[in-house]
Amino acid sequence: MSTAKRGKVRVENGRYRLDGQFHFPYPNEPIRNEDGELMGVTNPRDLTHVHMYGGEAPFFEGLGQGKLLGTRCDSQNCDANGSIFIPFRIHCPDCLGKNTIVDMTETAKKGATVHTFMITERTGAFNTLPKPIRFVNVEFEGVPTILMGYLSVGEPEIGMKVVPIFNTTKPSYTILDLSWVPEGTNESEILEGFTFG
Amino acid sequence: MIKFSDKQLKIPQMQRPVFLVTGGMSKFGRAVPEKRTEELVIDSFVEAAEFINKTPAELKEYIHSCYYGHFADHFGDQLLGEAVIHDRLGLDPLGNIGIKTGGATGGSTLWEAFKAVASGYSDCVLAMGWERMDEVPTDEGNNYIASAADKDWETPLGHIYTGYYAVMAQKYWQVFGKEEESFRRTMAEIAVKNRGYARMNPHAQGPMDITVEDVLNSPVVAYPLRALDCCLMSVGASCAILCDEKTAYELTDNPLMIYVSAGSHTLRVADRRDMDIPLLPNEPPDQYKDLGERFPGGDRYPGFTGFLAARMAAYYGYRMAGVVDPTEDLDLVELHDAFTISDIQSYEDLGIRPYGEGRTYVESGDCYHTNPHTGKPGKLPSNLCGGLIGCMHAVGATGIMQTVEVGQHIWGRWAEMHEDQSKWDRFGRTKPDDWTNLQVEGAKRGMAISHAGVGSHVTATILVHPDHQLERKES
Ligand SMILES: [Zn+2]
Repeated sequence: MSTAKRGKVRVENGRYRLDGQFHFPYPNEPIRNEDGELMGVTNPRDLTHVHMYGGEAPFFEGLGQGKLLGTRCDSQNCDANGSIFIPFRIHCPDCLGKNTIVDMTETAKKGATVHTFMITERTGAFNTLPKPIRFVNVEFEGVPTILMGYLSVGEPEIGMKVVPIFNTTKPSYTILDLSWVPEGTNESEILEGFTFG
Repeated sequence: MIKFSDKQLKIPQMQRPVFLVTGGMSKFGRAVPEKRTEELVIDSFVEAAEFINKTPAELKEYIHSCYYGHFADHFGDQLLGEAVIHDRLGLDPLGNIGIKTGGATGGSTLWEAFKAVASGYSDCVLAMGWERMDEVPTDEGNNYIASAADKDWETPLGHIYTGYYAVMAQKYWQVFGKEEESFRRTMAEIAVKNRGYARMNPHAQGPMDITVEDVLNSPVVAYPLRALDCCLMSVGASCAILCDEKTAYELTDNPLMIYVSAGSHTLRVADRRDMDIPLLPNEPPDQYKDLGERFPGGDRYPGFTGFLAARMAAYYGYRMAGVVDPTEDLDLVELHDAFTISDIQSYEDLGIRPYGEGRTYVESGDCYHTNPHTGKPGKLPSNLCGGLIGCMHAVGATGIMQTVEVGQHIWGRWAEMHEDQSKWDRFGRTKPDDWTNLQVEGAKRGMAISHAGVGSHVTATILVHPDHQLERKES
């Protein structure tokens, strides 16, 4: 493993400023069969993508500040006028107007219910969640859509009341900064680094 | 609530009929270390040419444009892999294009090929699909597949696509399956059936002679789904040749009419909005008025339990082909059995059974080649090739393979393509002593469904023998 510093990025004047190394080369290795014949080679790769959140950035910033943000279509002539979207949608799917950002934290704290769930021991490469993972799909009062997340305390059930917790101490600025726990869970039981917001 | 305009609900119109002339497929396996993807593609093309007694060079002379289905560039680690395949098939300088719609890639490739002929642009086209999923270990493969979910909102959650699907399975299991042991056994029956049929298919990678108990005792992947409820991860290729009527009859005496339609729905299940159920031709207006009473929670449509994309593919496709009731009008189907429970869900989306009653298609024995309760032919046999659970899921090839399988039944040539000992030998597979001919006797019409993940894209490909056409419906 190279000791070079893994790349970081800043945006200045609309341009990326890169610092550090964004890829780490390794040599290929031959792949042979039991008779020693060449079948192929390994192609190792270790690289870092530069990914922008664009109009969704407020949502991911909000998680680290203990806020669950959604959006609402306020276009007067749109069938979806007044509809609240979680997942956060930058534009209304009907009129394509720019939605208004709305803070749904209090709604989530008072009226969030497990619509469905699943528990799995299997994960793909690069998973960072502890296993088994308990996915919960959470319904909110007055919101037509259903958000996927993970339950980090207790066992999920359909219809269970849950509240959000947020990684406010050391945010990753990803969807993993939002987790769910059963209503009534004590602060002492929740994931390290997380708070009720 | 979402609504459709009349313009959006127009039944797709073709400028002229389109015919399936031939098709072929390679061996399928979890890994095929001895062959490059190009070799598997050529294997399938050669099979398609030989099926109509042509040399590959003779068949190529007819092809005017090419449609290539290959979903996951990162698995194959080759962008523009379509250009590599096109060159190795020796089809330059014909126009070609790559198509990718997740698990529905094979079906979508046929959709594009179909439209090219229907429009008059080409008289003969190649639809070729493949996938190479053995270039990374399984957990990295799972991560790659999970990157077909929303990369910011879903993929970081476990990097496991099965999980994003399993929440829907859980909801269906509780609302429509009512968590009944009998429903769980019905799911298992599908796994037993499809793996059993795969035993008769030399191309198939997952043949197994198992029981319902074996499925119920297999490891839990994401409750209620167990390992034997889930489809395979595969390497392989499949192709089809589509033509206009004149060219079709130059190439063969026996082409089949083909119709392909498509529907879609949100990539994230989280974004689904409620709507009225679009009705299929066999469903009266009050079909679902008491659905929520019979299945509490089941009246939220499509919710987490229905695949709107599949419903819309059937909505367009049945009316194009004149299908009213799929169980009556079709003789066999190949469904996208990614999981046993999604197979049941799709019976309802496709109107084989009404919403809420999918399980009865299995429990009645209708889905079998030979109904186990009566010993008579099943009313609408499904997945006789073994499906995705027993045969393969080499994503870009799957929907094409299924269509070719349905075609072989209508052509009455299923046994010829599956019995030949030399094919079993060539693929390094042992033909079972109890090999059984699964030909559906007298098959005239059939359908193949190609489906992406949690239902972002679905296509319906309907094959009809020209002597047994039905009447197109305009609404
Ligand atoms: Zn709007």
